[in-house]
Amino acid sequence: MEKPILSVRNLNIKFNLRGRTLHALRDVSLDLYKGESLAIVGESGSGKSVFVKSFMGLLDANGWVDSGEILYNGEDLTGYKKEKQWLGVRGKQIAMVLQDPMTSLNPLKTIGAQIMEAIELHQGLHGEEAREEMLSVLTDVGITEPERRAKQYPHEFSGGMRQRVVIAIAVACRPQILICDEPTTALDVTIQAQILSLIRQLKQKYNLTTIYITHDLGVVANVADRIAVMYAGDIVEIGLCEEVFYDSRHPYTWALLSSLPQLGVKGEPLYSIHGTPPNLFNEVKGDAFAPRNPQALKIDFVKRPPYFEVSPTHKARTWLLDPRAPKIEPPEAVRKLATEGVKGYA
Amino acid sequence: MPENKELLLAMPENKEVLLSVRNMSICFGKGKNLFKAVKNVSFDIFKGETFGLVGESGSGKTTIGRAIIRINPTTSGDVIFKGQKINGKISRELDRKVTREIQMIFQDPMASLNERAKVDYIVSEGLLNGEKISEKVRRDRVEKALSEVGLLPEFASRFPHEFSGGQRQRIGVARALIMQPDFIIADEPISALDVSIRAQVLNLLSVLQKERGLTYLFISHDLSVMRFICDRIAVIHKGVLVELAETEKLFAHPLHPYTRALLSAIPLPDPAREKNKVLEVYDPTQHDYSFDQPKWVEIEKGHMVWGNEKELAKYREMLKA
Repeated sequence: MEKPILSVRNLNIKFNLRGRTLHALRDVSLDLYKGESLAIVGESGSGKSVFVKSFMGLLDANGWVDSGEILYNGEDLTGYKKEKQWLGVRGKQIAMVLQDPMTSLNPLKTIGAQIMEAIELHQGLHGEEAREEMLSVLTDVGITEPERRAKQYPHEFSGGMRQRVVIAIAVACRPQILICDEPTTALDVTIQAQILSLIRQLKQKYNLTTIYITHDLGVVANVADRIAVMYAGDIVEIGLCEEVFYDSRHPYTWALLSSLPQLGVKGEPLYSIHGTPPNLFNEVKGDAFAPRNPQALKIDFVKRPPYFEVSPTHKARTWLLDPRAPKIEPPEAVRKLATEGVKGYA
Repeated sequence: MPENKELLLAMPENKEVLLSVRNMSICFGKGKNLFKAVKNVSFDIFKGETFGLVGESGSGKTTIGRAIIRINPTTSGDVIFKGQKINGKISRELDRKVTREIQMIFQDPMASLNERAKVDYIVSEGLLNGEKISEKVRRDRVEKALSEVGLLPEFASRFPHEFSGGQRQRIGVARALIMQPDFIIADEPISALDVSIRAQVLNLLSVLQKERGLTYLFISHDLSVMRFICDRIAVIHKGVLVELAETEKLFAHPLHPYTRALLSAIPLPDPAREKNKVLEVYDPTQHDYSFDQPKWVEIEKGHMVWGNEKELAKYREMLKA
């Protein structure tokens, strides 16, 4: 892989909530390479949305970057103070597709006008030129009869079509990076498959780098080149898609995979993770997952593990990878996934 | 009705039918705005099984669940629960009985619990409607229901916002359990939950089923969860049941093109499979029902499918292959 397009170094993000400080991201580092498709997986509250929002200066008013840097094209985005600086990045360089297409479109404007707005602002085209560009983007996202559809309002579109419009707006800005935050959670399975393949086509056509945020490991397996697993404000494991699915090393990744119903045996209880994620108002000691991990080592409660390299592309934050650690085998469901895969349908 | 007869034949000898739905249609609006949400559906649910109803949003799956529990009135057809017709006009007594014996678990535990009431009240609200019981009995039953779903008795004095998503869904389950129902309609009970919490709730539902011999109607759009939990699955598309079979049979030999499209679209957590998968797209215009009308037919034992003669012939070929 070439050099990273976006590079995050030791990022710490904190929020102020009712006088208490919540440590939402704890020392996160990540390199995003040009043209790749990265999936960030994690439960709600793991900090995955906060993480990507910080790339666009979209943190809520009570949140701030405490330390660390976000380097985009050699420039540190955390140094941005003024909204005007962010406007050069937001949409233009990094665009975002949100979960619910119903709430991300303006119900009072035709979809043509909404796409034109993005084109005029970010590509500097006007009038007839902008209109033509708008129609071509609409065709690109698979909307038939763009001339007629452009004059319609969001409520005249189905959920899947609306999500296509949202994607059209994002792409019309000609961004370098496209962030898709749960892009298909609100959609039906058959539509979901269409939208995912659309994003993949556009990625090719516009030479995009994509980041997917999702908790659906099925979607991840479909779209990702690389996967970052987040837990309690930290990336606990990162690697190529195949490495994370077939050769995962962190107990949290194991737990996540084992609790999938697709890997369960009918009639037997499904593996479930006990307890709740740590409260990030308090300081997390050691490995954040240790209290929920029945096989946790003593050191897990004392010292935070560093990253251990499994392969040049694969690393995990767990003491299990330390040469001195006892051998602990991954659970059976995880081993089965690697050897047999998931049963599909005939 | 010939269809009824065929359906009864489809019943395995040793299973008892708990609920049967016959030729049920549900319409909303009237005149020009008439919308047929559910069109002439028939199926049986056996005692002690988990029956899955899968479909996309707007397919009418929730409407069927709501019609069974008498929230939505049916336009035509029958709903028969334990041998008694429970749709349409029924006696007050029977209505009470139905409300007690059929309970529902809702999708979003954030939205389905009264934010201003304590857990104690939320869980026991259903009891207030039935025969009078003493305060002590009520308390005991709340405590019992909570412990059955794995919550501590002292949680009774807390408010819903103090709980995590998984715990809230447990409260929703306790609320249904306290009525000691025979039949539970679970409408997307885990869709709003995180992956790890889903497993907890799924396990809880199956433990309760074993202990109490409960029967579930499990409504969902997520086929991978259904494959894990359901004994039989019915597929609904635009208000029409298109296929019904035992779970593994449905996955092994899907016949109707819509079922096939749905199965091919499920994202599987396995990159090797997922990156090489072939999507089947369902095109409703492929059916030519102008002359040959489709029927709901049992094509092999326990496997129902919706199709006309020509399609059924094709499906029989597919089964032989």
